[in-house]
Amino acid sequence: MTTSPQRTATTTGAGAEGPPGTPQDGSDPSGRGLATGRRARLANRIRVLRASFRENWALFKRNRIGVVGLVVIAIFAIMALLHPILMDTVWDPERYHPVVGYSAQEVELTVVEEIENPGQEIDLQRAQLRHDPTIQVGDTVEDTIQPAPPSLDHPLGTDPLGRDVLSQLMLGAQTAFGMGAVAAMTTVIVATFIGSVAAYFRGWVDTVSMRSADFFLLLPPIPFLIFLSAIYDLNMVTLGLVFGLVSGAGSTAIVLKSQALTVAVKPFIDSARVAGASGMQVVLRHVIPNVLPLTFLYMMFTVSGAISAEAILSTFGLIDLPMSWGIMIQTANDAGYILRGVEYWWLLFPAGLAVTFLAFAFYLFGRGMDEVVNPRLRQR
Amino acid sequence: MSPPLLKLYELQKHYPLDKGILRKPSRFVHAVDGIDLDIGRGESVGLVGESGCGKTTVGRMLTLLAEPTNGSVAIRSDQLPDHDLTDLDKQDVNRLRRDVQMIFQDPYESLNPRRTIIDAVTEPLRLQDLGSREEQQERGAEMLRLVGLAPPETFAYRFPHELSGGQRQRVAIARALVINPSFVVCDEPTSMLDVSIRISIMQLMRDLAERLGVSYLYITHDLGVARYMCDRIAVMYLGKVVEVARTEDLLANPRHPYTQALVSAVPVPDPTYERPVPDIKGGVSRPVNPAPTCRFIDRCPWADHTCESNDHPPLEQVTSDHRVACYHAR
Repeated sequence: MTTSPQRTATTTGAGAEGPPGTPQDGSDPSGRGLATGRRARLANRIRVLRASFRENWALFKRNRIGVVGLVVIAIFAIMALLHPILMDTVWDPERYHPVVGYSAQEVELTVVEEIENPGQEIDLQRAQLRHDPTIQVGDTVEDTIQPAPPSLDHPLGTDPLGRDVLSQLMLGAQTAFGMGAVAAMTTVIVATFIGSVAAYFRGWVDTVSMRSADFFLLLPPIPFLIFLSAIYDLNMVTLGLVFGLVSGAGSTAIVLKSQALTVAVKPFIDSARVAGASGMQVVLRHVIPNVLPLTFLYMMFTVSGAISAEAILSTFGLIDLPMSWGIMIQTANDAGYILRGVEYWWLLFPAGLAVTFLAFAFYLFGRGMDEVVNPRLRQR
Repeated sequence: MSPPLLKLYELQKHYPLDKGILRKPSRFVHAVDGIDLDIGRGESVGLVGESGCGKTTVGRMLTLLAEPTNGSVAIRSDQLPDHDLTDLDKQDVNRLRRDVQMIFQDPYESLNPRRTIIDAVTEPLRLQDLGSREEQQERGAEMLRLVGLAPPETFAYRFPHELSGGQRQRVAIARALVINPSFVVCDEPTSMLDVSIRISIMQLMRDLAERLGVSYLYITHDLGVARYMCDRIAVMYLGKVVEVARTEDLLANPRHPYTQALVSAVPVPDPTYERPVPDIKGGVSRPVNPAPTCRFIDRCPWADHTCESNDHPPLEQVTSDHRVACYHAR
């Protein structure tokens, strides 16, 4: 390179460097001073958000499975949101309330020895007990049945207590989203904090938090939650907190620490320290914002786990909830229908498939997000 | 002459190689192995040497990013009139942050990708709690204009990835100078930049140094850059300063064989210029537990019995402003 011994001093030489995207044609050519008002900052925030959203959406869209996941999540979200509206308008709470509603259906039943078509037949013993001791096989009786198979009134039938299954399913979606949200937020906060602090400070902070992460990693969440529910009354919020904590302090913390380690050695961290930032300021302002995208990815996987865990626990009746998908299965089980699942399919399959689909959809959505936040999977 | 801004005395940094929980480490990398250097007010001192000679470590110790193993740094600045850099309490560290700043080598990595340019430039002010939010923004915009990113409002709310390498380095310069430091460590600020824009960045830095009265410690491996930027040059080899002189003096009369080799590697735009070409053998030695003899002994063409039987030569005065560490260079 050329060196010149005499000192020529010029400060304005930026134009020669050729800025990409020509920032010279700026938005505010008249103003000399920098617009420092709150509105300018807000407008800029929105501009940046819109631009990054557009870019990320384009990346996300390329991956089909992520879009499938998002669509399924959206369907369940609509179900959850629609429930209170339907209760207010179309559905009579007396008959359609998912917990205290009752709607037995009047049907004509044929008396038979053994029931083959539920909803059309009644067995002899039961008919003799409930109607007329002299009744014979082949007679017909008027009776109310519960669980009733799907009909126009009840698109997914009623459960063994005469409650509408569709209404339960929709309220169950609310529970699942609520639980998932609590668990996800807990995971994000706990894991990001532990991972970033351990990666930045190293030393004994690192050792302690990573050994405790090993502990939580090896702790099986379902048996642990069963154990906890034996001691405390778990409800939606506490269950979400516990699940989020176990996941956040365990596996997710380890993954985020490894990501934070790659951030913590970047020169801008040194630069912040030279500018006078304390350790906590560096972690909060420089490390955490750079690991946050990955945090949101792992949040999705946590939601999957939390929804399944809630279903398993409430299937065993271990959670204090008015209604959830697990409780729907539990109700069918308690009334003795679980071994006749195929005949009484509307008692088991809607709830069971809803758990499977929603958990799977969050997982797929997470995989789609992976493409967006994980630069290694993305071709630049 | 007034006392220097910084006076490095016997500054050392050793990194342990084998880390055990119970064992004491026995092998050390002698990254910086006792250097003495003065840096005056408003003076630019170049620290020149090849990769791994410890020049960056010196810069990191002066900005407290690394803790010296031994030695002291006396500082006499506006914020800290008479202090030792290696022995500061928390309050003094905060004051030092107003006085000593750093410009990093890689402009692509030295700015947080998630913060706007104006955020990056005003961060030192915010961390030091200087002025109101409006004043900080005002000052940030002024600095952007000063480093040639004008008009500031087209750059302020952009993110680092929207700027070119040269523009980012200008932002890094603005950030380092925004709190009016008296001393800035520049760690090869132009080495990652395209050759065509190096000169404009160097011009900018020199101009700002004159205007704002800043001292630089300019770390580089390129004597040509150091010649353009610095009043004095210190040449480092394997953790030791082997020669210090005024820039033109050092380039015209290099005394140490290593400096002579470096100088002969600089292209000079004068086809008739001739200078002796010393023959330097081999590559860099490893700075792990080095022998107490002269660090350069393996590669030196002048090495003889004196060098083998004595410790590393001390830095001795040759002329009034030229010091060299070699037994044969008197």
